[in-house]
Amino acid sequence: MTLMKFCLTESCSVRTRAGFQRGERLSYDLLLNAVMAGLLLGGFYAAVTVGVSVSFGILDIVNIAHPAFIILGSYIAYIVNARFGIDPIVASIIALPAFYGLGAAIYQIYYLSFEKRGQDSLRGLAFFFGILFITEVALVLAFGVDYRYVQAAYTEQSWHVGIVDLPLRMLVPCVMSLLMLAALQLFLTRTFTGRAIMAVAQDQLALQLMAADPIRIKRIAFAISIATASLAGAFLIIIQPVEPSIGRDYIGRVFAICVLGGLGSLPGTLIGAMLLGIVESFTATFYGPSWAPAVSFGLLLLTLAFRPAGLLGR
Amino acid sequence: MNATARSGTFILACAIVAAVVFFGARAVGNDYVYFAGYTVLQFIVLATAWNILGGYTGYVNFGTAAFFALGAYSTVFFHKSFPLPIPVLVVIGAAVSGLVGLGMGYLTLRLRGAFFSIATLALAVVLQTLVVNWNYVGGARGAYVIRPAEVAELSLPYIQYLFAIMLALAVIAIATARIVERSKLGYGFATIRDDELAAEASGVPTLKLKLIATTLSGALMGMAGAPFPYYIGYLQPSSAFALEYAVNSIAMPMIGGTTSWVGPLVGALLLGTLQQITTVTISSAVNLLIVGALLVGFVIVAPNGLIGLWQRVFSKR
Amino acid sequence: MAAQILEVEQLSKRFGGFVALDDVNLTVAAGERVGLIGPNGSGKSTLVNCLCGTLVNEAGMVRFEGRDLAGQSAHQRTRLGMARSFQLPRPFASMTVGDNLKVPLLYTVNARRRPPLTDAEITARCEELLTLVGLADRSRQFPRDLTQVDMRKLELARAMATEPKLLIADEAMAGLSNSEVNDIVALLIRLNERGITVILIEHIMRAVMNFSQRLVVLVSGKKIADGRPDEVIRDAQVERAYLGQ
Repeated sequence: MTLMKFCLTESCSVRTRAGFQRGERLSYDLLLNAVMAGLLLGGFYAAVTVGVSVSFGILDIVNIAHPAFIILGSYIAYIVNARFGIDPIVASIIALPAFYGLGAAIYQIYYLSFEKRGQDSLRGLAFFFGILFITEVALVLAFGVDYRYVQAAYTEQSWHVGIVDLPLRMLVPCVMSLLMLAALQLFLTRTFTGRAIMAVAQDQLALQLMAADPIRIKRIAFAISIATASLAGAFLIIIQPVEPSIGRDYIGRVFAICVLGGLGSLPGTLIGAMLLGIVESFTATFYGPSWAPAVSFGLLLLTLAFRPAGLLGR
Repeated sequence: MNATARSGTFILACAIVAAVVFFGARAVGNDYVYFAGYTVLQFIVLATAWNILGGYTGYVNFGTAAFFALGAYSTVFFHKSFPLPIPVLVVIGAAVSGLVGLGMGYLTLRLRGAFFSIATLALAVVLQTLVVNWNYVGGARGAYVIRPAEVAELSLPYIQYLFAIMLALAVIAIATARIVERSKLGYGFATIRDDELAAEASGVPTLKLKLIATTLSGALMGMAGAPFPYYIGYLQPSSAFALEYAVNSIAMPMIGGTTSWVGPLVGALLLGTLQQITTVTISSAVNLLIVGALLVGFVIVAPNGLIGLWQRVFSKR
Repeated sequence: MAAQILEVEQLSKRFGGFVALDDVNLTVAAGERVGLIGPNGSGKSTLVNCLCGTLVNEAGMVRFEGRDLAGQSAHQRTRLGMARSFQLPRPFASMTVGDNLKVPLLYTVNARRRPPLTDAEITARCEELLTLVGLADRSRQFPRDLTQVDMRKLELARAMATEPKLLIADEAMAGLSNSEVNDIVALLIRLNERGITVILIEHIMRAVMNFSQRLVVLVSGKKIADGRPDEVIRDAQVERAYLGQ
């Protein structure tokens, strides 16, 4: 079951269940809702991607296992929610330190095994691919392949503004995601550590001269990127039911957004995410949801082929 | 003895080994040998094919499943309209996958290696989506490919025929890898892996060589996929595009050793056999967990694989 | 009048907001020995990268033997006869020292020659080149077993193996002892006597002054002097560039 199919059948009932019928008059109703759904989706996608914007865009580490950590976040939110009834987003905030620690540990292993030895990127990629795979299989062993979902106060509700539907299930994660991005942007541009992180991408030597340890700075950055996965995981399971293999659908989305938005730029990530959200929403509305996975990956291939520096360039 | 004669001798030796394996299997008399053997041989082909691009040039392909499935679905496509003998299907599967490899390489190989790798992941998903939406080859429900009981001309049970074909494909893959490795092309590939900028400065046409590697690798993977529908009988996109193909085709060369044709063979034999045992005795999920853990472990601890460890032990003279 | 082997017109290169090369003009006659100096970060390596095709310039034109190089990739330029050695040696780590030299012979020399060199001829050439730079006894070793100095020699040998018409040596002598510097300078002069044009990029002033017939100075991406070495050295701007910064 794909994300779009679920969204549309739940929020837009009869109109879009079978996709847009050929010959049906294009109604503003449908169009506006598709755009709105796309924007809400885009906000969520930005949260999913921001971790990779940091690790790939700033640290130049191709962490293709990032979606696996997001799914892990989803499952943790699920367990806490099912056991204690706590709101999933609150649960993910509680889990933040654990994810931060996990990120720091993984970076340390990565650094000692690969960066320090000057190994080619082949090994680094294989390393993260292995982690992606292990995480998915471990989750299957622990939880099985059934879909899991959460219960929160707002998962069933929906606001209506004129002809536009705003399911809270999508609105709350979108808003929280924007808040998270804003907080991260402030951190990166206003604090010393944050600016050091931005600088480490450009000039390690200058950083050392400022008496900051580049390795420690990079470790903090990577740990932050994994921490965002905790929150993104909570958002994900609020929006749709989760099972271990859906992480793979997100690999393409995440990198498509990164490339579209220009690596390492948070505003670029948001714009890229919104764009992808709208394109996916339109595709699902007018061609049917089963085409949605091809959209992001197709967009990625096209962007890589013709404009690899991204729409905003760098 | 010059290089051509050496290659010829090698191919002859491989063919003899293959014949021994085949008649040895018949001597055992248990059909399970053919089924398990087919899977291991398939992995030998996939691992060797992956290594031509990943091990020799250093460009990681995560989309093994895409090329494999292209071969499989080409077979399904023809099976529905007019059935062809398997050797012909193998050539077609190789051609289709090779062309797609070439096209994708052309789009993405001018970029950094990391982007190429991500694009290969993307390719697998795009192709799977296309297949799922294409009813002629069965769409999401899958396609039945009825296997004949035996091959009349050779009076051979069909599963033995498939086993023999896979043996032949394994010989072709290994021979190709070895010939490439020892040729001028092999030098070129190695320079790309070692230092692409220095390679260009030395006159190596890196883009052209990378395209050759991608096409060759893709073609061999498609070749391995072509007989698959007959082997499995019922082909679903989820099984053709399974992530296990990507993980195994990366883990086997990494564990065996990526710099020569021996590594993928060793890795495939060891890991393939291990997996057959684990899947039967414990479970297929635990099996996959072990493969993933081995991959990560070897990448960290023994980056040059078992062959590398062997060389280190034996060069301490 | 000697033919112009290299003509650089209004070459510019930026990285984001940073201007690495600003409207650089340069001509080099066939058979000349040109020295290129400048403070760190002045754009010398960027210039080499743009000339050789490793980087693409935003503006300006590079002509080699009268032919516009726009659109020619790095390996094509090497095959045309332009060779460079890298400032930080970049050997092919998985091959022996001898095999490192095989690569340019297989891919550059054999791409030009009809009939191509045979395996035996290639091996002989490798031996010759290694002897020329003083690495003959290291032919079977791997680059990781070499000293820094030997790696620089290998780097030069590899560039020479492409049978260039123009050789750009990018700081090939850093870290070498006095006698080793003299050896390399003598080697480059010998190559030049065979007809190879050489552009030497160096910080070691003694070597540059001994070697160059003409001296070019690059500061902050701009060429500020171009002429006879003894005159350039006394130029006020050049003094300021080196002492004032």
